[in-house]
Amino acid sequence: MNLRLVRTVSWALLGVALVALLVMALVRRELIADGTADEPPFYANFQLTDHAGAPRSQEDFAGQWLLVFFGFANCPDICPTTLAEVAGVMDGLGDAADRVQPLFFTVDPERDTAAELADFVPRFHPRLIGLTGTPEQVAQTADSFHIYYDRIEEAAAPGGYTMGHSSQLFLFGPDGGYVTAWQYGTPADEIVTDLLSRIGE
Amino acid sequence: MKRFAMAAAAAALPLYPLSAAADSQAVGVEQPWARATIGANRPGAVYLQLRNDGDRTATVTGLRTDIAAMADIHRSTTTAEGVSSMAPAGPVPVGPGETVMLEPGGLHAMLMGLTAPLAEGDRFTLTIIFADGGEVPVQVPVLGIAARGPAE
Repeated sequence: MNLRLVRTVSWALLGVALVALLVMALVRRELIADGTADEPPFYANFQLTDHAGAPRSQEDFAGQWLLVFFGFANCPDICPTTLAEVAGVMDGLGDAADRVQPLFFTVDPERDTAAELADFVPRFHPRLIGLTGTPEQVAQTADSFHIYYDRIEEAAAPGGYTMGHSSQLFLFGPDGGYVTAWQYGTPADEIVTDLLSRIGE
Repeated sequence: MKRFAMAAAAAALPLYPLSAAADSQAVGVEQPWARATIGANRPGAVYLQLRNDGDRTATVTGLRTDIAAMADIHRSTTTAEGVSSMAPAGPVPVGPGETVMLEPGGLHAMLMGLTAPLAEGDRFTLTIIFADGGEVPVQVPVLGIAARGPAE
């Protein structure tokens, strides 16, 4: 084995590797400057049942902007408040409302069956769709959306428990990718203004 | 002398609760409203404003209503990470000159074990109980489930 040959080949390989890295970096920088390499941090992903009893996944809403809220029907304060704001947003969007789909995901599948959601969700807005499933499906959905929920024992509450849960309103783009989230309590007109600027109306 | 002192003390006694009850009497309750509920199993939420025009703190220690087995003030909290939950608030003090808001996302009166669902258009009485023993009854109108604030 000729050591000098080995050394030469190693340096050559290193040189090639460095050139390759440099090329990749340059190409990537070009893409980012274009804005086309802006990858959403995650995509909406779920297999659930809607409040009419039909199976639904994110594919059913491809091409739509999604307004997503996680909650439960036995929530007397935060959830009706946010769903009322979502209704306000849908009404405030005017013609653009056709391009937006509001979704309510339950974190309480034990109590929030499709039938229960059918008697809850439409009262806020006719276009609002409620989604439920088995506890496993709900857990998987929460995981894929990176949201937190937890059961809190409270003797006086109906069923003896209430839920703690992430309460932001999420926005997903027509490609199913996460775009942004508004903190609980953001007023409807602020959301409408932000949303319209993103939809490009 | 002792008898006179006792008589004076006895005479003074009825005056004491009257002046103590002034704390709660100085509290005005404004803009009460409740959201409609679906079914009687779900808890109801009542919002209102407590305005203390007096010069001493008045503390809400309880609630009572004929239309629910239990009524309690709860507090919703949202962490910096955006996780919301609620828990019993305990006694709620209203300082002199202070207004305490029970509003969506914060304090709310939670009604549990409703005798009947709250229907839009209903009115019911909610009695606010204060530490000094004073009780303030409030007429609460029931608005729609998607109501965002007290009726204009």
